[in-house]
Amino acid sequence: MDALTLATKPKSSDIGIDNVVLRYGNGDNAVLALDGISFHVTPNEFCVIVGPSGCGKSSLLYLVAGLEERTGGMIAVGGKPVTEPGPDRGMVFQAYTLFPWLTVAQNVEYGPKRKGMPAAERKAIVEHFLHEIGLAKFANHYPSQLSGGMKQRVAIARALANDPEVLLMDEPFGALDSQTRHSMQRLLLRVWDHSKKTVLFVTHDIDEAILLADRVLVMSGRPGQIKKEIRVGFSRPRSMDLVMEPSFIAMKREILELLKNDEDDDH
Amino acid sequence: MPPIRGAKDSPVTLAPNATSPIGHIVTTSAEKGQSGRSVLKVIATPFRAVPRPLAIALSILVWVAVIGGWFALTYSGAVKEMFLPRPESVLATTINMALDGSLWEHVFASVQVVLIGFVLSSVVAVPLGLTMGTYRIVQAALDPLVNFIRYLPVTSFVPLFILWIGIGIEQRVAVIIFGIFFQQMVMIADSARGVQRDLVNAAYTLGTKRSHTVFHIVFPATLPNVLDVLRVTMGWAWTYLVVAELVAARSGLGYISLKAMRGFQVDVIFMAIAMIGILGLCTDQLFRGIRRLVAPWAN
Repeated sequence: MDALTLATKPKSSDIGIDNVVLRYGNGDNAVLALDGISFHVTPNEFCVIVGPSGCGKSSLLYLVAGLEERTGGMIAVGGKPVTEPGPDRGMVFQAYTLFPWLTVAQNVEYGPKRKGMPAAERKAIVEHFLHEIGLAKFANHYPSQLSGGMKQRVAIARALANDPEVLLMDEPFGALDSQTRHSMQRLLLRVWDHSKKTVLFVTHDIDEAILLADRVLVMSGRPGQIKKEIRVGFSRPRSMDLVMEPSFIAMKREILELLKNDEDDDH
Repeated sequence: MPPIRGAKDSPVTLAPNATSPIGHIVTTSAEKGQSGRSVLKVIATPFRAVPRPLAIALSILVWVAVIGGWFALTYSGAVKEMFLPRPESVLATTINMALDGSLWEHVFASVQVVLIGFVLSSVVAVPLGLTMGTYRIVQAALDPLVNFIRYLPVTSFVPLFILWIGIGIEQRVAVIIFGIFFQQMVMIADSARGVQRDLVNAAYTLGTKRSHTVFHIVFPATLPNVLDVLRVTMGWAWTYLVVAELVAARSGLGYISLKAMRGFQVDVIFMAIAMIGILGLCTDQLFRGIRRLVAPWAN
Protein backbone atom coordinates (compact mmCIF):
# COMPACT_ATOMS: atom_id res chain seq x y z
CA MET A 1 0.00 0.00 0.00
CA ASP A 2 3.10 2.21 0.01
CA ALA A 3 2.41 3.33 -3.55
CA LEU A 4 -1.12 4.30 -2.71
CA THR A 5 0.01 6.42 0.22
CA LEU A 6 2.45 8.05 -2.15
CA ALA A 7 -0.30 8.67 -4.67
CA THR A 8 -2.55 10.26 -2.11
CA LYS A 9 0.34 12.32 -0.76
CA PRO A 10 1.65 13.37 -4.11
CA LYS A 11 4.71 15.27 -5.19
CA SER A 12 4.34 18.89 -6.14
CA SER A 13 6.92 21.31 -7.51
CA ASP A 14 7.11 24.89 -8.69
CA ILE A 15 7.44 26.03 -12.30
CA GLY A 16 9.76 28.91 -13.11
CA ILE A 17 9.41 30.57 -16.51
CA ASP A 18 11.91 33.32 -17.19
CA ASN A 19 12.01 35.50 -20.30
CA VAL A 20 11.02 32.63 -22.59
CA VAL A 21 11.16 33.31 -26.32
CA LEU A 22 9.84 31.01 -29.04
CA ARG A 23 10.49 31.75 -32.67
CA TYR A 24 9.49 29.55 -35.61
CA GLY A 25 11.54 29.60 -38.80
CA ASN A 26 14.24 32.14 -39.53
CA GLY A 27 14.99 35.15 -41.70
CA ASP A 28 12.03 36.93 -43.25
CA ASN A 29 9.70 33.99 -42.59
CA ALA A 30 10.39 33.97 -38.86
CA VAL A 31 7.32 34.09 -36.63
CA LEU A 32 7.68 35.27 -33.05
CA ALA A 33 5.24 33.04 -31.14
CA LEU A 34 6.27 33.94 -27.58
CA ASP A 35 8.08 37.14 -26.70
CA GLY A 36 9.73 37.22 -23.29
CA ILE A 37 7.25 35.35 -21.10
CA SER A 38 8.02 35.32 -17.38
CA PHE A 39 5.98 33.98 -14.47
CA HIS A 40 6.27 31.62 -11.56
CA VAL A 41 3.84 28.91 -10.46
CA THR A 42 4.20 27.97 -6.78
CA PRO A 43 3.87 24.36 -5.54
CA ASN A 44 0.25 23.22 -5.17
CA GLU A 45 -1.00 26.17 -7.19
CA PHE A 46 -3.68 25.86 -9.89
CA CYS A 47 -2.61 28.34 -12.53
CA VAL A 48 -4.68 28.89 -15.67
CA ILE A 49 -3.54 30.63 -18.84
CA VAL A 50 -6.38 32.08 -20.85
CA GLY A 51 -5.93 33.68 -24.26
CA PRO A 52 -7.23 33.87 -27.80
CA SER A 53 -6.53 30.98 -30.15
CA GLY A 54 -3.11 31.20 -31.72
CA CYS A 55 -1.62 33.30 -28.90
CA GLY A 56 0.98 30.65 -28.18
CA LYS A 57 -0.50 29.38 -24.91
CA SER A 58 -0.40 25.75 -26.01
CA SER A 59 3.15 26.19 -27.32
CA LEU A 60 4.15 27.48 -23.88
CA LEU A 61 2.76 24.30 -22.33
CA TYR A 62 4.65 22.13 -24.84
CA LEU A 63 7.84 24.05 -23.91
CA VAL A 64 7.31 23.31 -20.20
CA ALA A 65 6.68 19.64 -21.08
CA GLY A 66 9.92 19.65 -23.07
CA LEU A 67 8.08 18.53 -26.22
CA GLU A 68 9.21 21.66 -28.06
CA GLU A 69 12.49 23.57 -27.87
CA ARG A 70 12.51 27.18 -26.76
CA THR A 71 14.48 29.78 -28.71
CA GLY A 72 15.55 31.63 -25.58
CA GLY A 73 15.00 32.06 -21.86
CA MET A 74 14.78 29.56 -19.04
CA ILE A 75 12.20 27.05 -17.83
CA ALA A 76 12.73 25.11 -14.62
CA VAL A 77 10.46 22.63 -12.84
CA GLY A 78 11.33 21.96 -9.20
CA GLY A 79 14.54 23.91 -9.80
CA LYS A 80 15.66 21.59 -12.62
CA PRO A 81 16.04 23.21 -16.05
CA VAL A 82 13.76 21.65 -18.68
CA THR A 83 15.77 20.09 -21.51
CA GLU A 84 13.59 17.19 -22.67
CA PRO A 85 10.25 15.57 -21.84
CA GLY A 86 10.09 13.50 -18.67
CA PRO A 87 7.68 11.79 -16.30
CA ASP A 88 8.05 14.62 -13.73
CA ARG A 89 5.78 16.71 -15.98
CA GLY A 90 2.51 14.89 -16.67
CA MET A 91 0.35 16.20 -19.47
CA VAL A 92 -3.26 15.93 -20.59
CA PHE A 93 -3.71 16.82 -24.26
CA GLN A 94 -6.60 18.37 -26.14
CA ALA A 95 -6.56 15.48 -28.64
CA TYR A 96 -7.47 12.04 -27.33
CA THR A 97 -4.15 10.39 -26.59
CA LEU A 98 -5.11 7.21 -24.78
CA PHE A 99 -3.20 4.26 -26.20
CA PRO A 100 -5.87 2.48 -28.26
CA TRP A 101 -4.20 -0.93 -27.89
CA LEU A 102 -4.36 -0.82 -24.09
CA THR A 103 -7.44 -1.17 -21.90
CA VAL A 104 -8.46 1.64 -19.55
CA ALA A 105 -6.64 -0.03 -16.64
CA GLN A 106 -3.53 -0.68 -18.75
CA ASN A 107 -3.50 2.95 -19.89
CA VAL A 108 -3.54 4.17 -16.29
CA GLU A 109 -0.89 1.60 -15.42
CA TYR A 110 1.42 2.66 -18.26
CA GLY A 111 3.54 5.25 -16.43
CA PRO A 112 4.09 3.24 -13.22
CA LYS A 113 4.98 0.23 -15.39
CA ARG A 114 7.65 2.23 -17.23
CA LYS A 115 9.10 3.16 -13.85
CA GLY A 116 9.40 -0.54 -13.05
CA MET A 117 6.90 -0.48 -10.18
CA PRO A 118 5.85 -3.96 -8.95
CA ALA A 119 2.52 -5.27 -10.25
CA ALA A 120 0.75 -5.29 -6.86
CA GLU A 121 1.49 -1.62 -6.27
CA ARG A 122 0.45 -0.75 -9.81
CA LYS A 123 -2.84 -2.52 -9.28
CA ALA A 124 -3.55 -0.52 -6.12
CA ILE A 125 -2.82 2.74 -7.93
CA VAL A 126 -4.99 1.83 -10.92
CA GLU A 127 -7.89 0.89 -8.64
CA HIS A 128 -7.52 4.11 -6.68
CA PHE A 129 -7.54 6.38 -9.70
CA LEU A 130 -10.26 4.53 -11.63
CA HIS A 131 -12.41 4.86 -8.55
CA GLU A 132 -11.48 8.53 -8.30
CA ILE A 133 -12.70 9.24 -11.85
CA GLY A 134 -15.74 6.96 -11.47
CA LEU A 135 -14.74 4.50 -14.19
CA ALA A 136 -13.89 1.42 -12.12
CA LYS A 137 -16.46 -0.58 -14.12
CA PHE A 138 -14.69 0.28 -17.36
CA ALA A 139 -11.26 -1.02 -16.36
CA ASN A 140 -11.24 -3.65 -19.12
CA HIS A 141 -12.74 -1.52 -21.88
CA TYR A 142 -10.70 -0.24 -24.79
CA PRO A 143 -10.58 3.54 -25.40
CA SER A 144 -12.56 3.13 -28.64
CA GLN A 145 -15.49 1.99 -26.51
CA LEU A 146 -15.52 5.19 -24.41
CA SER A 147 -17.15 8.56 -24.96
CA GLY A 148 -14.98 11.68 -25.35
CA GLY A 149 -15.53 12.76 -21.74
CA MET A 150 -14.63 9.32 -20.42
CA LYS A 151 -11.46 9.27 -22.51
CA GLN A 152 -10.32 12.56 -20.99
CA ARG A 153 -11.14 11.31 -17.49
CA VAL A 154 -8.90 8.31 -18.11
CA ALA A 155 -6.22 10.63 -19.54
CA ILE A 156 -6.30 12.64 -16.28
CA ALA A 157 -6.11 9.44 -14.23
CA ARG A 158 -3.22 8.19 -16.38
CA ALA A 159 -1.28 11.41 -15.83
CA LEU A 160 -1.93 11.46 -12.07
CA ALA A 161 -1.20 7.75 -11.59
CA ASN A 162 2.36 8.47 -12.68
CA ASP A 163 2.65 10.94 -9.79
CA PRO A 164 4.25 13.80 -11.73
CA GLU A 165 5.56 16.88 -9.93
CA VAL A 166 3.42 19.16 -12.08
CA LEU A 167 0.38 18.53 -14.25
CA LEU A 168 0.12 20.33 -17.59
CA MET A 169 -3.31 20.50 -19.18
CA ASP A 170 -3.75 21.73 -22.75
CA GLU A 171 -7.43 22.58 -23.28
CA PRO A 172 -8.34 19.07 -22.12
CA PHE A 173 -12.08 19.73 -22.33
CA GLY A 174 -11.98 21.77 -25.54
CA ALA A 175 -13.45 19.03 -27.72
CA LEU A 176 -16.32 18.18 -25.35
CA ASP A 177 -19.91 19.41 -25.38
CA SER A 178 -20.75 22.01 -22.72
CA GLN A 179 -22.62 19.66 -20.40
CA THR A 180 -19.82 17.11 -20.38
CA ARG A 181 -17.35 19.97 -19.94
CA HIS A 182 -19.11 21.12 -16.79
CA SER A 183 -19.11 17.67 -15.24
CA MET A 184 -15.42 17.32 -16.18
CA GLN A 185 -14.64 20.61 -14.45
CA ARG A 186 -16.42 19.40 -11.30
CA LEU A 187 -14.50 16.15 -11.45
CA LEU A 188 -11.18 17.91 -11.96
CA LEU A 189 -11.87 20.22 -9.00
CA ARG A 190 -12.61 17.22 -6.80
CA VAL A 191 -9.61 15.19 -7.96
CA TRP A 192 -7.32 18.20 -7.62
CA ASP A 193 -8.55 18.85 -4.06
CA HIS A 194 -7.30 15.36 -3.22
CA SER A 195 -3.96 15.58 -4.99
CA LYS A 196 -3.06 19.30 -4.82
CA LYS A 197 -0.68 18.95 -7.71
CA THR A 198 0.83 22.05 -9.24
CA VAL A 199 -1.32 22.57 -12.32
CA LEU A 200 -0.66 24.70 -15.37
CA PHE A 201 -3.91 24.68 -17.35
CA VAL A 202 -4.49 26.30 -20.74
CA THR A 203 -7.94 27.24 -22.02
CA HIS A 204 -9.83 29.81 -24.07
CA ASP A 205 -12.95 29.37 -21.91
CA ILE A 206 -13.04 32.23 -19.38
CA ASP A 207 -15.65 30.60 -17.10
CA GLU A 208 -13.51 27.49 -16.94
CA ALA A 209 -10.42 29.56 -16.15
CA ILE A 210 -11.95 31.43 -13.19
CA LEU A 211 -13.78 28.39 -11.87
CA LEU A 212 -10.64 26.27 -11.65
CA ALA A 213 -7.82 28.71 -10.98
CA ASP A 214 -6.02 30.14 -7.99
CA ARG A 215 -4.58 32.56 -10.50
CA VAL A 216 -5.46 33.42 -14.09
CA LEU A 217 -2.82 34.67 -16.52
CA VAL A 218 -4.38 36.55 -19.43
CA MET A 219 -2.31 36.21 -22.59
CA SER A 220 -2.30 38.35 -25.70
CA GLY A 221 -1.45 37.03 -29.11
CA ARG A 222 1.14 37.58 -31.84
CA PRO A 223 3.61 37.66 -30.23
CA GLY A 224 2.33 35.95 -27.10
CA GLN A 225 2.81 37.94 -23.93
CA ILE A 226 1.32 37.84 -20.44
CA LYS A 227 -1.05 40.79 -20.35
CA LYS A 228 -2.35 40.55 -16.83
CA GLU A 229 -2.33 38.35 -13.78
CA ILE A 230 -5.57 37.97 -11.80
CA ARG A 231 -5.78 36.29 -8.38
CA VAL A 232 -8.93 34.25 -7.92
CA GLY A 233 -9.75 34.25 -4.23
CA PHE A 234 -12.92 32.12 -4.14
CA SER A 235 -12.80 29.56 -1.37
CA ARG A 236 -12.54 25.85 -2.12
CA PRO A 237 -14.21 23.47 -2.66
CA ARG A 238 -15.98 25.53 -5.30
CA SER A 239 -19.39 24.83 -6.75
CA MET A 240 -20.56 25.44 -10.30
CA ASP A 241 -23.03 28.03 -8.94
CA LEU A 242 -20.06 30.36 -8.61
CA VAL A 243 -20.59 31.47 -12.20
CA MET A 244 -23.69 33.40 -11.07
CA GLU A 245 -21.89 35.38 -8.33
CA PRO A 246 -21.46 39.12 -9.06
CA SER A 247 -17.75 38.98 -8.17
CA PHE A 248 -17.32 36.09 -10.63
CA ILE A 249 -19.11 38.03 -13.34
CA ALA A 250 -17.01 41.14 -12.63
CA MET A 251 -13.85 39.09 -13.02
CA LYS A 252 -15.15 37.54 -16.23
CA ARG A 253 -15.95 41.02 -17.59
CA GLU A 254 -12.43 42.20 -16.79
CA ILE A 255 -10.87 39.27 -18.67
CA LEU A 256 -13.27 39.71 -21.59
CA GLU A 257 -12.25 43.37 -21.85
CA LEU A 258 -8.57 42.45 -21.82
CA LEU A 259 -9.08 39.91 -24.61
CA LYS A 260 -11.30 42.31 -26.55
CA ASN A 261 -8.66 45.06 -26.43
CA ASP A 262 -6.25 42.53 -27.81
CA GLU A 263 -8.58 41.85 -30.71
CA ASP A 264 -8.93 45.60 -31.36
CA ASP A 265 -5.14 45.95 -31.43
CA ASP A 266 -5.13 43.50 -34.30
CA HIS A 267 -7.17 45.74 -36.59
CA MET B 1 -12.63 -11.23 -25.96
CA PRO B 2 -15.18 -10.64 -23.17
CA PRO B 3 -14.43 -6.89 -22.70
CA ILE B 4 -15.62 -6.11 -26.21
CA ARG B 5 -18.79 -8.13 -25.93
CA GLY B 6 -19.49 -6.44 -22.59
CA ALA B 7 -19.20 -3.04 -24.15
CA LYS B 8 -21.83 -3.76 -26.77
CA ASP B 9 -24.38 -4.23 -23.98
CA SER B 10 -23.26 -1.11 -22.13
CA PRO B 11 -24.80 2.28 -22.84
CA VAL B 12 -21.42 3.71 -23.80
CA THR B 13 -21.12 2.58 -27.37
CA LEU B 14 -23.41 5.07 -28.99
CA ALA B 15 -22.12 4.61 -32.51
CA PRO B 16 -24.39 1.71 -33.60
CA ASN B 17 -27.47 3.46 -32.17
CA ALA B 18 -26.50 6.70 -33.83
CA THR B 19 -27.54 5.34 -37.20
CA SER B 20 -30.80 3.89 -35.92
CA PRO B 21 -33.04 6.87 -36.77
CA ILE B 22 -32.32 6.33 -40.46
CA GLY B 23 -32.65 2.59 -40.02
CA HIS B 24 -36.11 2.98 -38.49
CA ILE B 25 -37.37 5.14 -41.31
CA VAL B 26 -36.21 2.68 -43.92
CA THR B 27 -37.55 -0.45 -42.22
CA THR B 28 -40.93 1.04 -41.41
CA SER B 29 -41.48 2.21 -44.96
CA ALA B 30 -40.46 -1.23 -46.19
CA GLU B 31 -42.91 -2.93 -43.81
CA LYS B 32 -45.72 -0.56 -44.67
CA GLY B 33 -45.79 -0.86 -48.40
CA GLN B 34 -43.74 -4.02 -49.14
CA SER B 35 -43.32 -2.14 -52.38
CA GLY B 36 -40.30 -2.62 -54.64
CA ARG B 37 -39.37 0.98 -54.19
CA SER B 38 -38.64 0.78 -50.46
CA VAL B 39 -36.55 -2.39 -50.85
CA LEU B 40 -34.71 -0.65 -53.63
CA LYS B 41 -34.19 2.30 -51.33
CA VAL B 42 -32.61 0.03 -48.70
CA ILE B 43 -30.17 -1.64 -51.06
CA ALA B 44 -29.38 1.56 -52.95
CA THR B 45 -28.41 3.49 -49.81
CA PRO B 46 -24.63 3.91 -49.71
CA PHE B 47 -22.85 2.11 -46.85
CA ARG B 48 -26.11 0.72 -45.49
CA ALA B 49 -25.83 -2.83 -44.16
CA VAL B 50 -27.90 -5.51 -45.85
CA PRO B 51 -29.40 -8.44 -43.89
CA ARG B 52 -26.91 -11.26 -43.43
CA PRO B 53 -29.03 -13.94 -45.14
CA LEU B 54 -29.31 -11.68 -48.18
CA ALA B 55 -25.56 -11.10 -48.21
CA ILE B 56 -24.85 -14.86 -48.03
CA ALA B 57 -27.49 -15.66 -50.65
CA LEU B 58 -26.00 -13.07 -53.02
CA SER B 59 -22.44 -14.37 -52.60
CA ILE B 60 -23.64 -17.91 -53.34
CA LEU B 61 -25.68 -16.70 -56.30
CA VAL B 62 -22.62 -15.10 -57.91
CA TRP B 63 -20.67 -18.35 -57.54
CA VAL B 64 -23.57 -20.33 -59.00
CA ALA B 65 -23.76 -17.87 -61.91
CA VAL B 66 -20.02 -18.14 -62.63
CA ILE B 67 -20.00 -21.95 -62.50
CA GLY B 68 -23.32 -22.08 -64.37
CA GLY B 69 -21.81 -19.90 -67.08
CA TRP B 70 -18.89 -22.30 -67.20
CA PHE B 71 -21.26 -25.25 -67.70
CA ALA B 72 -23.19 -23.34 -70.36
CA LEU B 73 -20.06 -22.44 -72.31
CA THR B 74 -18.69 -25.99 -72.31
CA TYR B 75 -21.93 -27.98 -72.79
CA SER B 76 -23.27 -25.73 -75.53
CA GLY B 77 -20.09 -26.33 -77.49
CA ALA B 78 -19.44 -22.63 -77.74
CA VAL B 79 -15.89 -23.22 -76.53
CA LYS B 80 -13.92 -26.32 -77.37
CA GLU B 81 -12.90 -28.51 -74.46
CA MET B 82 -9.29 -28.10 -75.49
CA PHE B 83 -9.48 -24.47 -74.40
CA LEU B 84 -11.99 -24.70 -71.58
CA PRO B 85 -12.48 -28.05 -69.81
CA ARG B 86 -15.83 -29.11 -68.41
CA PRO B 87 -16.26 -28.45 -64.68
CA GLU B 88 -16.69 -32.11 -63.85
CA SER B 89 -13.45 -33.09 -65.60
CA VAL B 90 -11.56 -30.50 -63.51
CA LEU B 91 -13.21 -31.96 -60.41
CA ALA B 92 -12.33 -35.50 -61.51
CA THR B 93 -8.71 -34.51 -62.14
CA THR B 94 -8.55 -32.91 -58.70
CA ILE B 95 -9.91 -36.02 -57.03
CA ASN B 96 -7.58 -38.32 -58.96
CA MET B 97 -4.49 -36.25 -58.13
CA ALA B 98 -5.60 -35.94 -54.52
CA LEU B 99 -6.02 -39.70 -54.25
CA ASP B 100 -2.69 -40.61 -55.83
CA GLY B 101 -0.98 -38.03 -53.59
CA SER B 102 0.62 -35.97 -56.36
CA LEU B 103 -1.65 -33.00 -55.62
CA TRP B 104 -0.46 -32.77 -52.01
CA GLU B 105 3.15 -33.07 -53.06
CA HIS B 106 2.83 -30.03 -55.32
CA VAL B 107 0.68 -28.07 -52.88
CA PHE B 108 3.22 -28.72 -50.15
CA ALA B 109 6.10 -27.64 -52.43
CA SER B 110 4.35 -24.37 -53.26
CA VAL B 111 3.21 -23.60 -49.71
CA GLN B 112 6.73 -24.26 -48.47
CA VAL B 113 8.29 -21.77 -50.90
CA VAL B 114 5.64 -19.12 -50.25
CA LEU B 115 5.95 -19.44 -46.48
CA ILE B 116 9.75 -19.34 -46.41
CA GLY B 117 9.88 -16.35 -48.73
CA PHE B 118 7.07 -14.53 -46.95
CA VAL B 119 8.43 -15.10 -43.44
CA LEU B 120 12.03 -14.19 -44.36
CA SER B 121 10.83 -11.02 -46.04
CA SER B 122 8.43 -10.03 -43.26
CA VAL B 123 10.76 -10.52 -40.29
CA VAL B 124 13.14 -7.99 -41.81
CA ALA B 125 10.64 -5.67 -43.51
CA VAL B 126 8.47 -5.06 -40.42
CA PRO B 127 11.15 -3.78 -38.01
CA LEU B 128 13.05 -2.02 -40.79
CA GLY B 129 9.89 -0.40 -42.16
CA LEU B 130 8.84 0.78 -38.69
CA THR B 131 12.30 2.21 -38.09
CA MET B 132 12.30 3.88 -41.49
CA GLY B 133 8.91 5.48 -40.80
CA THR B 134 9.93 6.63 -37.33
CA TYR B 135 13.45 7.95 -37.86
CA ARG B 136 13.86 10.58 -40.58
CA ILE B 137 17.57 9.76 -40.84
CA VAL B 138 16.82 6.14 -41.78
CA GLN B 139 14.19 7.34 -44.22
CA ALA B 140 16.64 9.79 -45.79
CA ALA B 141 19.16 6.97 -46.26
CA LEU B 142 16.85 4.24 -47.56
CA ASP B 143 13.89 5.94 -49.20
CA PRO B 144 15.43 6.73 -52.62
CA LEU B 145 16.95 3.27 -52.99
CA VAL B 146 13.87 1.39 -51.82
CA ASN B 147 11.60 3.37 -54.10
CA PHE B 148 13.91 2.74 -57.04
CA ILE B 149 14.03 -1.01 -56.50
CA ARG B 150 10.29 -1.11 -55.81
CA TYR B 151 9.57 -0.16 -59.41
CA LEU B 152 11.88 -2.74 -60.98
CA PRO B 153 9.84 -5.60 -62.47
CA VAL B 154 10.56 -8.77 -60.55
CA THR B 155 10.20 -10.89 -63.66
CA SER B 156 13.22 -9.21 -65.25
CA PHE B 157 15.35 -10.48 -62.39
CA VAL B 158 14.37 -14.11 -62.76
CA PRO B 159 17.13 -14.90 -65.31
CA LEU B 160 19.67 -13.16 -63.07
CA PHE B 161 18.55 -15.14 -60.03
CA ILE B 162 18.89 -18.36 -62.02
CA LEU B 163 22.39 -17.29 -63.00
CA TRP B 164 23.35 -16.37 -59.44
CA ILE B 165 21.44 -18.86 -57.31
CA GLY B 166 20.60 -21.71 -59.69
CA ILE B 167 17.23 -23.37 -60.05
CA GLY B 168 16.76 -24.74 -56.55
CA ILE B 169 14.22 -23.66 -53.97
CA GLU B 170 16.49 -20.73 -53.04
CA GLN B 171 15.84 -19.15 -56.41
CA ARG B 172 12.04 -19.30 -56.00
CA VAL B 173 12.30 -17.95 -52.45
CA ALA B 174 14.50 -15.13 -53.75
CA VAL B 175 11.91 -14.17 -56.38
CA ILE B 176 9.22 -13.96 -53.71
CA ILE B 177 11.40 -11.93 -51.33
CA PHE B 178 12.39 -9.55 -54.10
CA GLY B 179 8.77 -9.20 -55.10
CA ILE B 180 7.33 -8.31 -51.71
CA PHE B 181 10.10 -7.05 -49.41
CA PHE B 182 10.39 -3.50 -50.75
CA GLN B 183 6.62 -3.11 -51.04
CA GLN B 184 6.19 -4.26 -47.45
CA MET B 185 8.83 -1.81 -46.25
CA VAL B 186 7.28 1.19 -47.99
CA MET B 187 3.77 0.44 -46.78
CA ILE B 188 4.86 -0.29 -43.19
CA ALA B 189 7.00 2.87 -43.11
CA ASP B 190 3.95 4.82 -44.28
CA SER B 191 1.79 3.55 -41.46
CA ALA B 192 4.56 4.27 -38.92
CA ARG B 193 4.78 7.82 -40.26
CA GLY B 194 1.03 8.20 -39.71
CA VAL B 195 1.20 7.58 -35.95
CA GLN B 196 -0.44 10.49 -34.14
CA ARG B 197 2.31 12.79 -32.77
CA ASP B 198 0.51 13.50 -29.51
CA LEU B 199 0.37 9.76 -28.83
CA VAL B 200 4.16 9.75 -28.86
CA ASN B 201 4.23 13.01 -26.86
CA ALA B 202 1.92 11.50 -24.24
CA ALA B 203 4.21 8.48 -24.02
CA TYR B 204 7.20 10.79 -23.40
CA THR B 205 5.40 12.60 -20.57
CA LEU B 206 4.69 9.20 -19.02
CA GLY B 207 8.36 8.27 -18.97
CA THR B 208 8.87 6.42 -22.26
CA LYS B 209 12.47 6.67 -23.40
CA ARG B 210 13.08 7.94 -26.92
CA SER B 211 14.92 4.74 -27.82
CA HIS B 212 11.88 2.68 -26.74
CA THR B 213 9.35 4.61 -28.82
CA VAL B 214 9.33 2.19 -31.77
CA PHE B 215 8.75 -0.81 -29.53
CA HIS B 216 6.32 0.69 -26.99
CA ILE B 217 4.32 3.06 -29.20
CA VAL B 218 4.91 2.83 -32.97
CA PHE B 219 4.71 -0.96 -33.14
CA PRO B 220 1.44 -1.44 -31.20
CA ALA B 221 -0.11 1.67 -32.78
CA THR B 222 0.55 0.34 -36.30
CA LEU B 223 -0.04 -3.36 -35.57
CA PRO B 224 -3.48 -3.54 -37.26
CA ASN B 225 -2.03 -1.81 -40.34
CA VAL B 226 1.05 -4.02 -40.35
CA LEU B 227 -1.15 -7.13 -40.30
CA ASP B 228 -3.16 -5.74 -43.21
CA VAL B 229 0.05 -5.12 -45.16
CA LEU B 230 1.16 -8.69 -44.46
CA ARG B 231 -2.21 -10.04 -45.57
CA VAL B 232 -2.11 -8.13 -48.85
CA THR B 233 1.52 -8.98 -49.62
CA MET B 234 0.82 -12.66 -48.92
CA GLY B 235 -1.42 -12.55 -51.98
CA TRP B 236 1.42 -11.06 -54.01
CA ALA B 237 3.75 -13.78 -52.77
CA TRP B 238 1.51 -16.38 -54.45
CA THR B 239 1.71 -14.45 -57.73
CA TYR B 240 5.51 -14.37 -57.65
CA LEU B 241 5.60 -18.03 -56.66
CA VAL B 242 3.89 -18.98 -59.91
CA VAL B 243 6.24 -16.72 -61.86
CA ALA B 244 9.21 -18.48 -60.27
CA GLU B 245 7.78 -21.97 -60.70
CA LEU B 246 6.88 -21.40 -64.36
CA VAL B 247 10.53 -20.73 -65.13
CA ALA B 248 12.47 -23.16 -63.03
CA ALA B 249 11.02 -25.79 -60.76
CA ARG B 250 10.52 -29.55 -60.46
CA SER B 251 7.42 -29.36 -58.31
CA GLY B 252 4.72 -26.93 -57.26
CA LEU B 253 1.43 -25.72 -58.63
CA GLY B 254 3.06 -23.37 -61.15
CA TYR B 255 5.27 -26.20 -62.36
CA ILE B 256 2.38 -28.63 -62.97
CA SER B 257 0.53 -25.89 -64.87
CA LEU B 258 3.47 -25.50 -67.23
CA LYS B 259 3.86 -29.26 -67.61
CA ALA B 260 0.13 -29.65 -68.24
CA MET B 261 0.28 -26.96 -70.93
CA ARG B 262 2.78 -29.05 -72.89
CA GLY B 263 0.31 -31.95 -72.87
CA PHE B 264 -2.76 -29.75 -73.42
CA GLN B 265 -4.15 -30.94 -70.08
CA VAL B 266 -6.19 -27.79 -69.56
CA ASP B 267 -8.11 -29.40 -66.69
CA VAL B 268 -4.87 -29.69 -64.69
CA ILE B 269 -4.12 -26.00 -65.26
CA PHE B 270 -7.59 -25.14 -64.02
CA MET B 271 -7.11 -27.36 -61.01
CA ALA B 272 -3.81 -25.66 -60.17
CA ILE B 273 -5.34 -22.20 -60.47
CA ALA B 274 -8.28 -23.20 -58.30
CA MET B 275 -5.92 -24.66 -55.67
CA ILE B 276 -3.96 -21.38 -55.52
CA GLY B 277 -7.23 -19.49 -55.14
CA ILE B 278 -8.37 -21.75 -52.29
CA LEU B 279 -4.98 -21.57 -50.55
CA GLY B 280 -5.03 -17.78 -50.92
CA LEU B 281 -8.51 -17.62 -49.43
CA CYS B 282 -7.35 -19.76 -46.49
CA THR B 283 -4.30 -17.63 -45.72
CA ASP B 284 -6.45 -14.51 -46.03
CA GLN B 285 -8.90 -15.84 -43.46
CA LEU B 286 -5.98 -16.92 -41.28
CA PHE B 287 -4.62 -13.37 -41.28
CA ARG B 288 -8.03 -11.92 -40.47
CA GLY B 289 -8.24 -14.35 -37.57
CA ILE B 290 -4.79 -13.39 -36.32
CA ARG B 291 -5.73 -9.72 -36.52
CA ARG B 292 -8.87 -10.28 -34.46
CA LEU B 293 -6.81 -12.21 -31.94
CA VAL B 294 -3.78 -9.92 -31.49
CA ALA B 295 -5.44 -6.55 -32.20
CA PRO B 296 -8.90 -6.92 -30.66
CA TRP B 297 -9.15 -3.14 -30.06
CA ALA B 298 -9.08 -2.43 -33.80
CA ASN B 299 -12.21 -4.34 -34.77
